[in-house]
Amino acid sequence: MSVTPKLSVTGLQAGYGDVRVLWDVSLTAAAGELVCIIGSNGAGKTTLLRVILGLQPSSGGIVLVNGRPRGRGNAAIGYVPQKVLIDPDMPLRARDLVALGLDGQRPGIPLPSRRRRALVEEMLSAVDATDFADARVGNLSGGELQRVLIAHALISRPKLLLLDEPLANLDIRSEQEVVELIARIAREQQLAVLISAHDMNPLLQVMDRIVYLAAGRAASGTVGEVVRSDVLSSLYGSHVDVLHVHDRVVVVAGRATDSSDTDDGGSAQHENLDFVRLS
Amino acid sequence: MTGQLFEPGFFTNDAVQTALLVGAVVAVISACVGIFTVIRSQAFTGETLGDLGTTGGSASYLLGVSNPLWGFATAALIGAGLIELLGVRRRPDRDLATGIVLGAGLGLAALFLYLDTTSSSTTGVSITILFGSLFVFNTATLPALIALGAVALALIAVSYRMLLLSSISPELAAARGIPVRLVGAAYLVALALAVALAAVTIGAVLSTALLIGPPATALRLTKRPGLAMLTAAATGVLATWLGILLAYDSYYWPPVQHGWPVSFLIVAVIFAFYVLAQLPVLRRRTDRRAPVAATTNP
Amino acid sequence: MINTWLAATIVAIVAGTVGFFAVLRRSAFAAHALPQGAFAGAACASLLGLSTILGLFVFSIIGAILIALLGRRGRHDAVTALTLVLMLSLGALFLSFSVEYAPEIYSLLFGEILGVSRSDLLPITILGAVSVLATIALYRPLLLSSVISDAAEARGLNTRRLELCFLLVMALAISATVPVVGTFLVFSLMIAPAGSARILTANPLGALGLSILIALATVWASIAAAYQTNWPVGFYVGTIGAAGYILARTRQAWRSAVFKANTAQ
Repeated sequence: MSVTPKLSVTGLQAGYGDVRVLWDVSLTAAAGELVCIIGSNGAGKTTLLRVILGLQPSSGGIVLVNGRPRGRGNAAIGYVPQKVLIDPDMPLRARDLVALGLDGQRPGIPLPSRRRRALVEEMLSAVDATDFADARVGNLSGGELQRVLIAHALISRPKLLLLDEPLANLDIRSEQEVVELIARIAREQQLAVLISAHDMNPLLQVMDRIVYLAAGRAASGTVGEVVRSDVLSSLYGSHVDVLHVHDRVVVVAGRATDSSDTDDGGSAQHENLDFVRLS
Repeated sequence: MTGQLFEPGFFTNDAVQTALLVGAVVAVISACVGIFTVIRSQAFTGETLGDLGTTGGSASYLLGVSNPLWGFATAALIGAGLIELLGVRRRPDRDLATGIVLGAGLGLAALFLYLDTTSSSTTGVSITILFGSLFVFNTATLPALIALGAVALALIAVSYRMLLLSSISPELAAARGIPVRLVGAAYLVALALAVALAAVTIGAVLSTALLIGPPATALRLTKRPGLAMLTAAATGVLATWLGILLAYDSYYWPPVQHGWPVSFLIVAVIFAFYVLAQLPVLRRRTDRRAPVAATTNP
Repeated sequence: MINTWLAATIVAIVAGTVGFFAVLRRSAFAAHALPQGAFAGAACASLLGLSTILGLFVFSIIGAILIALLGRRGRHDAVTALTLVLMLSLGALFLSFSVEYAPEIYSLLFGEILGVSRSDLLPITILGAVSVLATIALYRPLLLSSVISDAAEARGLNTRRLELCFLLVMALAISATVPVVGTFLVFSLMIAPAGSARILTANPLGALGLSILIALATVWASIAAAYQTNWPVGFYVGTIGAAGYILARTRQAWRSAVFKANTAQ
């Protein structure tokens, strides 16, 4: 298996000022693979994605996209950001937002072209957004906007797709729709997909590998390899139980004790580990 | 140019004494109200109400009311009411609506000032309204000024804790049963009054400086609201007095030998204090997150 | 008089175009604050016997750079307000030095229909043309970064540099439009037509075009009315702008009420 993974991260370190959020994080994602980054709030999911995208500098480690060091504005990466607040009055339709995915960074006004229009239509139907293609983006529901943002990210045919908490603030039905959509697209277009979430359960059926972030470090592998008491306990530095309830996974962690019990150095972040929610 | 700090006659000049008193009163009130303006990130609202004061001041002159205080206050209160009515939750929509209301108000101000000028054949009215009338303040209006100021202070004092909490976190305040909308409305009234007062001293269009300059300076130096308020009041009074002093001294300054405008000098001193407050703080860059930052606020 | 109509047309196109993005990027405050800084420049220039447009230009550019430097989203309210009030008071200072105190202030603040001379027309046209062309050139990046700045950054757009560029364009637009409309009301011409247009249509290019059209209508009506009544142009610009916005909002409310009534059946 000598296919270069689309994404390869080795020994990544990153943080803000004096606060170190990520210590030694490594992961890979190959074409057609769906990798989920799981961690509670503050664990560093967004930081990790931002570093991969080049939006934030790392203080150590290597990020390779398609085998090459990640440069700024890499066209091979599609990005669906987490919180997008749009004025209801903003004069932009769903189709315009998708079209911006094609050439939004280029100067000038887009000249009408049949090819462009066709591409946009194709993308809109790929995400089932044709019904509201002409609606204002500010008026779309959470799930609808999510789909349009995915179309926006995909239209430039990236090789790697990053989604930052795409399921947050969605109701259960929209959640399922979005998960199925992402999985289908990943298969069809042979994309490497990275999804961050704080709850792994909606994604259990579709993910190929998991990257579990806690205490600034990561454990990556298949769900069976990673989501186990012994692995997670050593990650958190304190005892963690993994329970399987029907087809769901519940991670029960206690509060992190003081630093004398963990040997990951003085400035590692201690999280208040709350109950990972059972969906 | 005699080059003394206190030019002769400073302390015995009637106009100066009135100016010092009025200036101090207004500075204190502006500072107390302005602290919340800065915390709530509502400088634009304050600026708008000040500019709308131009409309009120010029209208009142047309109606024969020579003291602009009432015009300022009325216009600012109406403006505050409109802004509250438009009651838009989200900041950008509110800014746009505020801006458009401001545009209409200023358009009216343009008309009134034009009519003022042609009816009185002087342009002194414009200057008074736009840039203040501290040295020609009519002492007969002092009681009214103090009364309005007292109302503003009372509103702030009565709602202090509720206002503080709802400015920092409206959700938390609402969860605790604080009537956030009502508190916000009361604050807007206090803001309108404070702005009107500041407009009397340094003019409608410059009133924002008194309203947010000393508070912004104080908040740079301390994060405790009570202490910040005191610091802001002290800074405001100091800046006003310094400005008055300089204006008096400037009578002999080049280039025109009739004095520099006191409103400019006060604003300049306020600005200087603000800049000075940045310096030591620059070295203490430990906390990136702004602790007293506002979230969305009406 | 031809000069006035020509200048008015240019001013409307500039304000409509640049204003569209000012509203998009939620820069209503900067659009109000920058001209006040320009006022000081004009006063300074008039004191030194130089062209007011030059003064407007220089101080607008300085103001734009200051706002960009000092600006950190959300936190730069107080700083922007203070800096620009200082500039405005500087303007008062400069004007106090000159002999013709108040009439100058008045026409600088509220506009002067007869104030556009032959010699002014050329700089206004050039400044206006540059700002419009620059805005058109930045159309897509501005649109993208206004909607999803994170994704724009990920595509390689430097949003801080973009913000600076846009502020500079606004500075140019302001220097071109202030001589006709006045510093107090130029921002109304920038935000009211754009504000109305974006409510009326969801198509971005359509909204841009509509913004220009509404600005043209506003300015032409204002000039005609000002000429008839001798009242200041600024008065009409402010009130017509607000009226237009209210009409647009009303139409929107009407349409959504009708829509709800239809779907409820």
